[in-house]
Amino acid sequence: MTTSQNLASPDVAGHFGRYGGRFVPEALMATLDELAAAYAAATADPEFRAELDHLLRSYAGRPTPVTEVPRFSEHAGGARVLLKREDLAHTGSHKINNVLGQTLLTKRMGKHRVIAETGAGQHGVAVATACALLGLDCVVYMGEEDTRRQALNVVRMRLLGAEVVPVRVGSRTLKDAINEAMRDWVTNVETTHYAIGSVMGPHPFPTMVRDFQRIIGVEAREQVRELVGRLPDAVVACVGGGSNAIGTFHAFIPDEDVRLLGCEAGGDGVATGRHAATIVGGSMGVLHGMRTYLLQDADGQTQETHSISAGLDYPGVGPEHAWLADAGRASYRAVADSEAMEAFALLSRTEGIIPALEPAHALAGALQLGRELGPGAVLLVCCSGRGDKDVDTAVRWFQLMTGE
Amino acid sequence: MTATTALSAAFAKAGAEDRAVLVGYLPAGFPSADGAISAATAMVEAGVDVVEIGLPYSDPLMDGPTIQEAVHRALLGGTRTLDVLHTVEAVARTGAPTLVMTYWNPVEAYGVQPFARDLAAAGGAGVITPDLVPEEAGPWLEAAGAAGLDPIFLVAPSSTDARVALVASVTRGFVYAASTMGVTGTRGQVSGRAAELVSRVRAHTELPVAVGLGVSSREQAAEVASFADGVIVGSAFVSRLLGAGTETGGVADGVAGVRELAVQLAEGVRARSAGRVGT
Repeated sequence: MTTSQNLASPDVAGHFGRYGGRFVPEALMATLDELAAAYAAATADPEFRAELDHLLRSYAGRPTPVTEVPRFSEHAGGARVLLKREDLAHTGSHKINNVLGQTLLTKRMGKHRVIAETGAGQHGVAVATACALLGLDCVVYMGEEDTRRQALNVVRMRLLGAEVVPVRVGSRTLKDAINEAMRDWVTNVETTHYAIGSVMGPHPFPTMVRDFQRIIGVEAREQVRELVGRLPDAVVACVGGGSNAIGTFHAFIPDEDVRLLGCEAGGDGVATGRHAATIVGGSMGVLHGMRTYLLQDADGQTQETHSISAGLDYPGVGPEHAWLADAGRASYRAVADSEAMEAFALLSRTEGIIPALEPAHALAGALQLGRELGPGAVLLVCCSGRGDKDVDTAVRWFQLMTGE
Repeated sequence: MTATTALSAAFAKAGAEDRAVLVGYLPAGFPSADGAISAATAMVEAGVDVVEIGLPYSDPLMDGPTIQEAVHRALLGGTRTLDVLHTVEAVARTGAPTLVMTYWNPVEAYGVQPFARDLAAAGGAGVITPDLVPEEAGPWLEAAGAAGLDPIFLVAPSSTDARVALVASVTRGFVYAASTMGVTGTRGQVSGRAAELVSRVRAHTELPVAVGLGVSSREQAAEVASFADGVIVGSAFVSRLLGAGTETGGVADGVAGVRELAVQLAEGVRARSAGRVGT
């Protein structure tokens, strides 16, 4: 079924088919309405667009390049692999695109305090950065487990003037950081904007964050055409909440011949139960304000997830991905920790690019897909972030320090 | 309006006695399945009119640390949705209208219609859904109506008048007015915004209005009773159980603490004129 036109936008209440919507405390409803209205007004205001574009160019370093990686491609069945280099954006990941949009919007709404959740810390660092730039107060909630495995980013956020609050409830990872941020928001909503870091949460967040990240695919589509003279055969991105993936996919949705592949965190393998592959291994439910695919038990209790990558260690997924999956417009597969770490090492050694562990999942997916599609296929992979933050994890995984 | 329900009867009775209804919350499965039933039964014996049984959920984002801790322990103890229904069944035998307070996902996981049917069969009177807003509640309203359950929705100080009207139009039993912006937990003072919110709700409905969030003492209950039809207390009861520990003697102490608090609060909701004078 051809549904590309219908797959461009949700309904007015933020439903992507049966997914999305708003499942929130009544206390937040008025604010969500205000936010949706303020966002609509801002996007219609040429001054807002111009200010955001200016910051994206002069501050965030856009447009980011597309880099062909031929030595890496040798391992991908003869396919040509092109990387969209979001790792070269300021703060080291695509997160800055969304954050500059939301913090500008915060100022426009007359609020002075921004809160955020963070898993790997990349979103938290981006929010802390934008708040420093724009003179906003910043509080970042981060699961205690994540503050440990992403300690470098905790220091970065504090250097940038943000308060980092370790969350010590539940599984002490991203989902619990979101719960704490929601509790803060419901209490302080009059002065505070909650800058959600992915295409998730209640409407209008999935649409708004998608729109702010859409620039990734818009740029890449032209860059790939310039480089190889045609559109890619496939676009590959990692999916936790799914913001870099939606941002990369969205401009290609009408291009029906371009395959869209989302790579979820397969952890120790979906069959082990220790994973975070929500679409591959989950079922429909409601969490964090949205209806989507979830990892949940028979009673609807959220299940603990596992991934070597803190940024993908989340039991839900953006509702637009759930919709694209059901419609068959995008496909999703699980990439295990071990496969991601192999791709992480391979890109580092063959191309001199140390990717974050999150896009290492997309790189592993590209290696598989390249072998499936065969020689001559062109794959665009979103390299959503750089791997400096993951060096400790890599040391432990590869035991690089042994013998010293 | 539909026929008189157990809930509306409780509010009518209290109204006739010129007092507010006292609503008490405890989660199922904490400190144990039986301990929760004992505590809820003690609440009723000591003067709680309506009981809310919390369905423990992994991501209770409207709850503060006290209830988070209790439901976390209930889940660690293996509490399932079926256990919640059994708890309701036991508590409803006291004769007090018994509600379930639940986040939405466990209801969908059980099945919306089966949940309504089985809760009604267990003697449940209604369901409070803190993260379900009327816009997303179509299937629930249908199932609750068919099962004869009162669907209870919340209003908050931030609710616009249009939203208050919308919430009031789909709620049955009573409107749950959140006294303040924030999560559950005891507070030193009842927010000044509670009275204003109650009067805004009254402009849109004849339904009783009960106020929750932050009420923990006899004095606060009296104050809220001076302007609302019901006073909802949760975290203060839960802290009595948390503070007493979970070993056998601790449970008994905790239940005694719950009983003692219920007695004080029941005095409070009967002292609404004192509350009026006091504020």
